[in-house]
Amino acid sequence: MATTTTLAKAAEGTEPAAYAARIEHVSKSFAGPAGQQLVLDDITLDVAPGEFVTLLGASGCGKSTLLNLVAGLDKPSAGGISTDGRPALMFQEHALFPWLTAGKNIELALRLRGVPKSERRDKAEELLELVRLKGAYGKRVHELSGGMRQRVAMARALAQESKLLLMDEPFAALDAITRDVLHDELTRIWRETKVSVLFVTHNVREAVRLAERVVLLSSRPGRVAREWTVGIPQPRRIEDTAVAELSVEITEELRGEIRRHGQH
Amino acid sequence: MASTDTKRPAGDRDAQDGGDLAGLEAGLDALESVQQGRKPFRQTFVEKILPPAVAVLLVLAVWQALVSFEIVDDPTKLPAPSDVWDVLHQAWLQGELLGYIWTSVSRGLLGFCFALLIGTPLGLLVARVKFVRAAIGPILSGLQSLPSVAWVPPAVIWLGLNNSMMYAVILLGAVPSIANGLVSGVDQVSPIFLRAGRTLGATGLKGTWHIVLPAALPGYVAGLKQGWAFSWRSLMAAEIIASFPDLGVGLGQLLENGRNASDMAMVFEAILLILVVGIAIDLLIFSPLERWVLRSRGLLVKG
Repeated sequence: MATTTTLAKAAEGTEPAAYAARIEHVSKSFAGPAGQQLVLDDITLDVAPGEFVTLLGASGCGKSTLLNLVAGLDKPSAGGISTDGRPALMFQEHALFPWLTAGKNIELALRLRGVPKSERRDKAEELLELVRLKGAYGKRVHELSGGMRQRVAMARALAQESKLLLMDEPFAALDAITRDVLHDELTRIWRETKVSVLFVTHNVREAVRLAERVVLLSSRPGRVAREWTVGIPQPRRIEDTAVAELSVEITEELRGEIRRHGQH
Repeated sequence: MASTDTKRPAGDRDAQDGGDLAGLEAGLDALESVQQGRKPFRQTFVEKILPPAVAVLLVLAVWQALVSFEIVDDPTKLPAPSDVWDVLHQAWLQGELLGYIWTSVSRGLLGFCFALLIGTPLGLLVARVKFVRAAIGPILSGLQSLPSVAWVPPAVIWLGLNNSMMYAVILLGAVPSIANGLVSGVDQVSPIFLRAGRTLGATGLKGTWHIVLPAALPGYVAGLKQGWAFSWRSLMAAEIIASFPDLGVGLGQLLENGRNASDMAMVFEAILLILVVGIAIDLLIFSPLERWVLRSRGLLVKG
């Protein structure tokens, strides 16, 4: 089977691409103890420019694998993925470099993108202000709280000025209050920067709280099981009734998917 | 928030969210940030300086007691601390003391710098190139357990009795430590940093420079520390075995001269100086370097 991974670089001044990410018939298998194990099966999914999509699934649905493929950290076994430029990626761990200050972490991203030295400092301060961490420039990573670290990580990801931001359960390790605040922040930043987001989570409410479109993956192998368009206007709250109602519906579906695996 | 909020129009909530969220966030940040301050000097003195000082005084007291109570009453076997002090003082007055120390320290540090220049790229090669690792990795670890004094005879035969022979022995002692330190530092780099680096565009040499090397720094510095200890030991071995008047008198030669003259006070003087200089270099250069690296990453456990 043919495998293609293309980085469609949209040259400046030309037509913007019709998609931020295009995933076409992507399959991925790994060599396991019982031979080749199919993790992702024929996934087709588009993320439109400026769209916020959450990928929802139980463990073992390959959602992180899919994100790694889109990030270009791994290659699909079959099918093709094209993205509009190199996507930025945020992990569950903040993955900030502890030998650099918060500001220098962001500056490294700018430097690797080719931003000239004279502009880096100002840009970094600007990005810190965007995530409301003005004054944290000189702070070491270990001096920041979990929520602050994820915000710096977000600023570093945004420093790449990618059209697409990939997020792999970035708030899963945070306490509920902080996570709630970061949902609000992410929504605000997404609306301000108009970046496209592909957000992976196993938390249904989080998926509904954030996304314009929720994509449910089935497990082992991961397939697109169903999609919902979330029409609730932003900013939402995780405790909104409309969010709760849709969450109930999606949870039912997710449980059904999980139950199938017990019926062997 | 009350549930009635859900019925508000979105625009209204937008405006309200801005101020609310910023305040909430500032509060969370303040509550969860780690406050760090430096310890007052008194506490450092009581916890760090006093205990070793007491230990040293105790050793001196026991030593003096052994001589005073004539438990060991042969000064050719055990000189009194005061005799050793006299020899030291004499050497100082004659202006020779700093000469001994400088001869050895300059050799040691210069040799260490050469070892650094060779050990660092070597370690990087072993860590990053699979073939090189398979080929010389085990030998490099094995060399660490070979006492570097074993290199003195061949070094004398190859290079003669001169400074190059001393440097050769230092290199053979220190390079494996430095290289191995870097290898283990690189091996311990968390994969998440490598992935994060790759998504930021740090691949190949850029990745090595911006991600791998700084991430491996704690292991590398530990290797440097050990490398210095090995340099110093190798140098002393070389100086003792290959003492030759033209080479100038370093601390190793001083020890050997003391033995030849059956002057125990001089032998003790030399041993003390070797110990003190070795510790001093570590305390003045390598320990602060290590502490700085660890502290800046929040890896230094306080308490």
